[in-house]
Amino acid sequence: MDVFLQVVVNGLLLGGLFAITSVGLTLIFGIVKVVNFAHGEFLMIGMYATFLISTKLGLHPYAAVAAVVPLLFVLGMLTQKLLIEPLMSARNHDIQIFATVGLSTALINLALLLFGADIATTPAYGLRTAIEIGPIRMLVGQIVMFGVATALVIGLHFFLQRTRSGRGIRAVAQNRAAAQLMGINVSRVYMITFGLGAACVGLAACLVAPLYPTSPGIGTYFVLTAFVVVVLGGLGSIGGAFLGAMIIGLIDSLSGFYIGSDMREVAVFGVFLLILILRPQGLFGGRLKLSHVS
Amino acid sequence: MLELSGIHSGYGQTTILQDVSLTVTEGEVVTIVGANGAGKTTTLRTISGLLKPSAGTIRFDGKDITKLSSHETVELGITMIPEGRQLFPDMTVRENLLMGAYRKGAQASQSQLMDEVLALFPRVEERLEQKANSLSGGEQQMVAIARGLMAKPRLLMFDEPSLGLAPIIVSQVFDVIDSIVKTGATVLIVEQNVFHTLKAADRGYVLENGEVVLTDDADALLENPHVRKAYLGI
Repeated sequence: MDVFLQVVVNGLLLGGLFAITSVGLTLIFGIVKVVNFAHGEFLMIGMYATFLISTKLGLHPYAAVAAVVPLLFVLGMLTQKLLIEPLMSARNHDIQIFATVGLSTALINLALLLFGADIATTPAYGLRTAIEIGPIRMLVGQIVMFGVATALVIGLHFFLQRTRSGRGIRAVAQNRAAAQLMGINVSRVYMITFGLGAACVGLAACLVAPLYPTSPGIGTYFVLTAFVVVVLGGLGSIGGAFLGAMIIGLIDSLSGFYIGSDMREVAVFGVFLLILILRPQGLFGGRLKLSHVS
Repeated sequence: MLELSGIHSGYGQTTILQDVSLTVTEGEVVTIVGANGAGKTTTLRTISGLLKPSAGTIRFDGKDITKLSSHETVELGITMIPEGRQLFPDMTVRENLLMGAYRKGAQASQSQLMDEVLALFPRVEERLEQKANSLSGGEQQMVAIARGLMAKPRLLMFDEPSLGLAPIIVSQVFDVIDSIVKTGATVLIVEQNVFHTLKAADRGYVLENGEVVLTDDADALLENPHVRKAYLGI
């Protein structure tokens, strides 16, 4: 029983990781209607920035939040303004996909050029230490990540549902033409939303960096699961992404323990395929209205 | 208040408006009459800044607004109630109305505006907490008009407010428009229901193939043989 409990807790903590890495992706998709294939590389950039701030300045990796989140916010805004916006009027939306895939490839190779293929290890400052609560062992860094992921999802929900700016953002997602007639500067909303989505993954990077080694390909490693989570939760649903992350975390953890650690990805992607076949709108798409923006 | 001179406008390479000039003075109700495709909606979209004219100038309060975008013209107090309602489907009626007061000039008096507007639309008040997409077409049109009024507009533009509505609802919509007109609002209205609109308006322009072919007082247009034959079927 204790073992089962431990495996479940591991799954939920893993879910916290998946939630915090995917919430920005679903936000951008829900509002700007662009699938950002460079999302993982934004995470990678954030992780390298955290690594550099932590090693060169000798700061705690969590202190890097103050620099990394604004950096990613600006990077996201620039991506929207310089790359996506010029393509928005294009009749074929596949072009935007190619553009973000191209950005992803360019960023990976830029990282290879600057940092080489070796892994970079961010100082852990005790975040990789396990603490025990009863029979359950948890890493300090994982607990923080779970807490921040939960707070982020709740915070975004309230921002979108309860504030004037949030209402404006939802208006753009629901009816772009009408939003313009309400006096909303739509291209500015798109820029801010893309920036917010990137800032979320920047926050994730500061929390992930002390726990996982950083490398140019690390984004690809994380983003595959993020896509599964986002599709599972229903593209554009923030609450759905959170629940999707928990489900994938549990599947990953339970299948890894009870079936075999080499079967984890088979289980995760097997479930993904089943969802695509049975419920292509996602488990909560169109039903779960918790911050469903589109 | 509003002055268009020599406007050419359209979509991409297609020019629809050819040398359109018109004026609306404060407190006046002006209508644009014309067949489908004559350029009525294009005129409103060009004024609001959703389309940029290829030639000509638009002035509002004497200020050149030709190159302004829609979010800038809205800030000046130019509000357009679009054809086909265009509500925010997943928002409640209340949220839709609050979106109407999004512009800076209306935000501060948001709750006062809400009271004023709801007094005009008792049916809308009953539906405040309902999702906009759960309303009937007529109710949606009322919400669209109420949302437009929430912007505290200085110039209110209607685009085909009666389109696609049942005859009984159409007369309700016109009752609402009449009551807005009675408050002394400045209105520019595009509407296929030419007879009823000319009854409510002070002046009218007849638009054919993107050109103004006729302009006169609304009463005179109702008597005009061309208008009677082409638009009133008399």
